[in-house]
Amino acid sequence: MNSYLLETFKAKFPDDVLDTHAFRGDETVLLKKEALLKAAAFLKDELGFDFLMDLTAADYLPREPRFELVCHFYSSKNNYRLRLKCPVAENDARVDSLTPLWAGANWFEREAYDMYGIKFEGHPDLRRILMYDGFEGHPLRKDYPLKKRQPRIPHRE
Amino acid sequence: MGLETVFGHSFLTTRLDEAVNWGRKYSFFQYPFVTACCGMEYMSVFASAYDIARFGAEYPRFSPRQADVLFVVGTVNEKLAPVLKRVYDQMCEPKWVVSFGVCATSGGFYDNYATVQGIDKIIPVDIYIPGCPPRPEAILDALIKLQEKVSKESVLDRKYK
Repeated sequence: MNSYLLETFKAKFPDDVLDTHAFRGDETVLLKKEALLKAAAFLKDELGFDFLMDLTAADYLPREPRFELVCHFYSSKNNYRLRLKCPVAENDARVDSLTPLWAGANWFEREAYDMYGIKFEGHPDLRRILMYDGFEGHPLRKDYPLKKRQPRIPHRE
Repeated sequence: MGLETVFGHSFLTTRLDEAVNWGRKYSFFQYPFVTACCGMEYMSVFASAYDIARFGAEYPRFSPRQADVLFVVGTVNEKLAPVLKRVYDQMCEPKWVVSFGVCATSGGFYDNYATVQGIDKIIPVDIYIPGCPPRPEAILDALIKLQEKVSKESVLDRKYK
């Protein structure tokens, strides 16, 4: 399927785009994580994507690389949406932070860090956002034990 | 003219427990510890259709120091558990706890890393209300059951616990 957006993207970053697909107008670019920041800047400055709707991650254990960073962008000017995905390996779980481009990335990235342990380089204040101080591990990782509990105060009985 | 003139020189006897419990069970001051959607049903119990004031429990107190009954309404997670414990500790004796809805009672369907599997892991509970969320009638029923429980207590029971 031909897509203006995906073709533009592929032409601009021929070495960094790993894959693209579109399903009923839902366009996705799979991108090397090293190119995330410059690709996002291109989306924002050149293509008018002014809104970072969502940024999160997914764990595809036992696939390698196991994590995938998922960003959803929206252009209010053109009513376009685009999804950027970056594979992230466990032994190098570092990605450039999008906070220089969108201040709203701040809490999304803190959540992705809290839940999956992906570190965002250049983030101004990367610490847990949902779980409490002293919580060990990252609970949305697929290898986090299902029944593991980390109470803050001792339980009765 | 006072009431005493109506009864003339007659007098009334009762047991201390009966008199005190009668007062306690018809004047519950509640502390609503509302964390989730069950709160909507709790509000509904207060509104005119169900009107919890008919049972003498019309005053929610938003200070634990002025409350008798702690209503834990909704999911309590591990992050919140110390707060719940502290609220409970701040309440003066005698005090009772109602676990409102299935999440407060057992964690409900949140069997995961974040959720306390029932608030009785944190504080003692007197009455459990099942339901997701419970209907207002269930809450009134629980209140009546709590009144029954209170009426069987002795003033000496909780004093030094």
